[in-house]
Amino acid sequence: MAQDTRTVGTPTNVTQKHNKGGIGESTLRPDGTLKVTGEFAYSSDMWHEDMLWGQTLRSTVAHAEIVSIDISEALAMPGVYSVLTYDDLPAEMKNYGLEIQDTPVLANGRVRHHGEPVALVAADHPETARRAAAKIKIDYRELPLVTDEASALAADAPLIHEGRDDHHAGHVPHPNIVHRQPIIRGNVEEARKRADVIVEGEYTFGMQDQAFLGPESGLAVPSEDGGVDLYVATQWLHSDLKQIAPVLGLPEEKVRMTLSGVGGAFGGREDISMQIHACLLALATNKPVKIVYNRFESFFGHVHRHPAKLWYEHGATKDGKITHMKCRIVLDGGAYASASPAVVGNASSLSVGPYVVDDVDIEAIALYTNNPPCGAMRGFGAVQACFAYEAQMDKLAAKLGMDPVEFRQLNAMEMGTIMPTGQVVDSPAPVAELLRRVKARPLPPERQWETAGEGADVRALPGGLSNTTHGEGVVRGVGYAVGIKNVGFSEGFDDYSTARVRLEVINGEPVAMVHTAMAEVGQGGVTVHAQIARTELGVTQVTIHPADTQVGSAGSTSASRQTYMTGGAVKNTCEHVREALLEMGRRKNGSYHPAWAQAELLLEGGKVVTDGGEVLADIADILEDEAIDLELEFRHRPTVAFDLKTGQGDGHVQYTFAAHRAVVEVDTELGLVKVVELATAQDVGKALNMLSVVGQIQGGTTQGLGVAVMEEIIVDPKTAKVRNPSFTDYLIPTILDTPTIPVDVLELADPNAPYGLRGLGEAPTLSSTPAVLAAIRQATGLELNKTPIRPEALTGTL
Amino acid sequence: MRVNFTVNGRPQEADDVWEGESLLYVLRERLGLPGSKNACEQGECGSCTVRLDGVPVCSCLVAAGQVEGRDVVTVEGLADFAKKREEHGHGCGTGACGGGKGVSTDEAQQWSAKGTDSQTGEGVELSDIQQAFIDAGAVQCGFCTPGLLVQADALLEQNADPSDQDIREALSGNLCRCTGYEKILDAVRLAAARQGEAV
Repeated sequence: MAQDTRTVGTPTNVTQKHNKGGIGESTLRPDGTLKVTGEFAYSSDMWHEDMLWGQTLRSTVAHAEIVSIDISEALAMPGVYSVLTYDDLPAEMKNYGLEIQDTPVLANGRVRHHGEPVALVAADHPETARRAAAKIKIDYRELPLVTDEASALAADAPLIHEGRDDHHAGHVPHPNIVHRQPIIRGNVEEARKRADVIVEGEYTFGMQDQAFLGPESGLAVPSEDGGVDLYVATQWLHSDLKQIAPVLGLPEEKVRMTLSGVGGAFGGREDISMQIHACLLALATNKPVKIVYNRFESFFGHVHRHPAKLWYEHGATKDGKITHMKCRIVLDGGAYASASPAVVGNASSLSVGPYVVDDVDIEAIALYTNNPPCGAMRGFGAVQACFAYEAQMDKLAAKLGMDPVEFRQLNAMEMGTIMPTGQVVDSPAPVAELLRRVKARPLPPERQWETAGEGADVRALPGGLSNTTHGEGVVRGVGYAVGIKNVGFSEGFDDYSTARVRLEVINGEPVAMVHTAMAEVGQGGVTVHAQIARTELGVTQVTIHPADTQVGSAGSTSASRQTYMTGGAVKNTCEHVREALLEMGRRKNGSYHPAWAQAELLLEGGKVVTDGGEVLADIADILEDEAIDLELEFRHRPTVAFDLKTGQGDGHVQYTFAAHRAVVEVDTELGLVKVVELATAQDVGKALNMLSVVGQIQGGTTQGLGVAVMEEIIVDPKTAKVRNPSFTDYLIPTILDTPTIPVDVLELADPNAPYGLRGLGEAPTLSSTPAVLAAIRQATGLELNKTPIRPEALTGTL
Repeated sequence: MRVNFTVNGRPQEADDVWEGESLLYVLRERLGLPGSKNACEQGECGSCTVRLDGVPVCSCLVAAGQVEGRDVVTVEGLADFAKKREEHGHGCGTGACGGGKGVSTDEAQQWSAKGTDSQTGEGVELSDIQQAFIDAGAVQCGFCTPGLLVQADALLEQNADPSDQDIREALSGNLCRCTGYEKILDAVRLAAARQGEAV
């Protein structure tokens, strides 16, 4: 593909009018039919003749020296084609990583966490591969463990990574700290003197798993040129490519990646999982190799949400204005860096929440430990902070004797507010309005479990079908929360996306083909890309090309950024294609009608029309047998890195806000919680597809509910081993656990963003959790400083 | 071992099946029917739900040898299964709703799932529940969708007008991580309403 970045014509900033199937309509998913018939090809569905199955052998201990590895018995098994260890890695580069390349492809003499990959097997049946892997003998000599801040920073603490030379190494106070970001603004000591009340709190946030349903999987096919074709589920093809090619010892052109069907992501596919392993086995055996993790392995195959400890102090005057905030946030990054530095940046810069606080003293750090590596998950650092600052808001309101919503509204930020980083919030920030909306909604009726006669529908009660109560001991609580999340990649990252658009005539009809490398992970990007092309080009038929590395990078499907960024890229390229088409029209037809000289020409219904509605030509007649084919990059406005000492800097692109009201019913005798309703309001700037918008908000809300009442990866502090890597022991909300989620969508345009839209996928995951916690606190009167809430915490049997 | 059974109305023979293989593995890897999904492979998530002699089961928990001589319906055959049920007018494929004995092997073999002829799936005939999932926005990543469709179709077969709590109970064995379930409820309500109108 030619990297055609010509600028043809000059976009006139003409606003295309409504086109059928364009933005603002709830058009249906183009992949919907394939997904309901079972025909849609997910990465675990790939199949190739003569295909082998790959299996990863992972460490059974968290921190150890590998004394020896014996692969002979595994290699001798019938059906086994290859066994690979560190010694078989083909290139100088043996590590990978999103920002810091600290993660070994296969363990090099030492493992740093439970489940670290040590060896690979390829065999002709997955069970043969599993059994062969089990026959590999590894002799571990266990090393002392680093499991928390105290053990990480102790005088005799083992260093998780010795000889660090990454760009954070110079400014961290200890080599077991990945990154540290302080933010100092105003004067906390002076401001504290004005406070009539002060509240402090220590909060603990558990380790959450993305628990996408489609396990890590893919197929690597060796090619004749010595390269490899990789079909895989990921969030960012080009980021994978940059990490894969060097460890294979191949130029990037020889690693051709195509996105397979992705069964959810939520941050868990930002890091490499089986990509490199499958390629190594394919190149070693010269046969296609498929790797599919089972659920057990998936819990070890991707990073999790950082568990966190958070200490907060807030003060307020007696008339309810917040005077100051001090906080310290310690995130456990586990054994490898992954996205920890960026998570630190988010946690610190968003730690004050959507409130006006002029005097702050903030510190966030991420640790290296021997716990499972943690990185990206929906909400990315902002989730942990929101859980803590919203608990603080309720405490402050209670201490002042104020209504918790009114107290929040009194301190709510708005357009023009200055963030702790010094950045001015320069687009709508309707924080008080979002709270007003969720509060104004009528409360769901009480005792909905009561049925005719004396009966109780246990499905509406805490404990559900377990039939643990018929309403005895059940009390209701209502809680509120609101949050702030950044959109896009921050802190000076050159964040861009690329879109190629081809306009041509097929069977007499103008057809637009949109080609990007955007990872469709379920969010509906493919739906809105087609809508954008219809809006901008006035065509009906749009083909979405499969995502691959034959087109420029789209950036990651994360940070709530894809509709903004790749949607923005599609819009931008379409505008240039439109101008090129109009140029072509002027060249061919300009002399026939004076209107061609007008600047305000639009594309509608397959025709060029004036802004007065006069038809000048059919698009098909202008194009004839020519095609317009452009590939262009699109960037959001630049950001800067936060100052390493003061945290000052315009580090974020855009802010996004959501509020929740939770209504819960708690069985106080058994400590069981039923969330009855979880109402939310969110500003999305512009809803390109309301059906998808609401789906995102409800899905994000439910993940927040999960970490409020059930989801946690339990890591044994004595061994640093994961104790619940299965859906039997790691619970995610079922349809019985999930309440009705009424959604109120605001559309207040951000003038900086394409169509005024605001990234929306993550914000609902922030405020959902603290709203549920607040409701449970109100129902029980308990303080509850740890999430998720377990029954023991409610019954006092902890 | 060799396993003979009926899948989506077609007799199938799977050879060289290892005794430990699940029905899910045989469907996906030996019969070219990857529609049933492998999300947990321990019966917790419902993504692999199929009908076995009319009863919804997690195919990951069924040993392949157990299906010898039996009838399996997967998401790939759901549209034709629903169509046949409608044509026969008995409104029940499971036998669980009283009276009927369900779709027998003979009956099942009178119909067979048609392949799709288009990459985009356009022009494919869908069952009510499939169409409702698309229309209601109940599909995001779609990995849970096949299992949910099979389970929801079985629900509507037994209960043409389920309450929300009935829907929640029936689908409580099917995990979805994307949607928050609201649009799945919408889809089941929509399919029920459309079926009600059609009667």
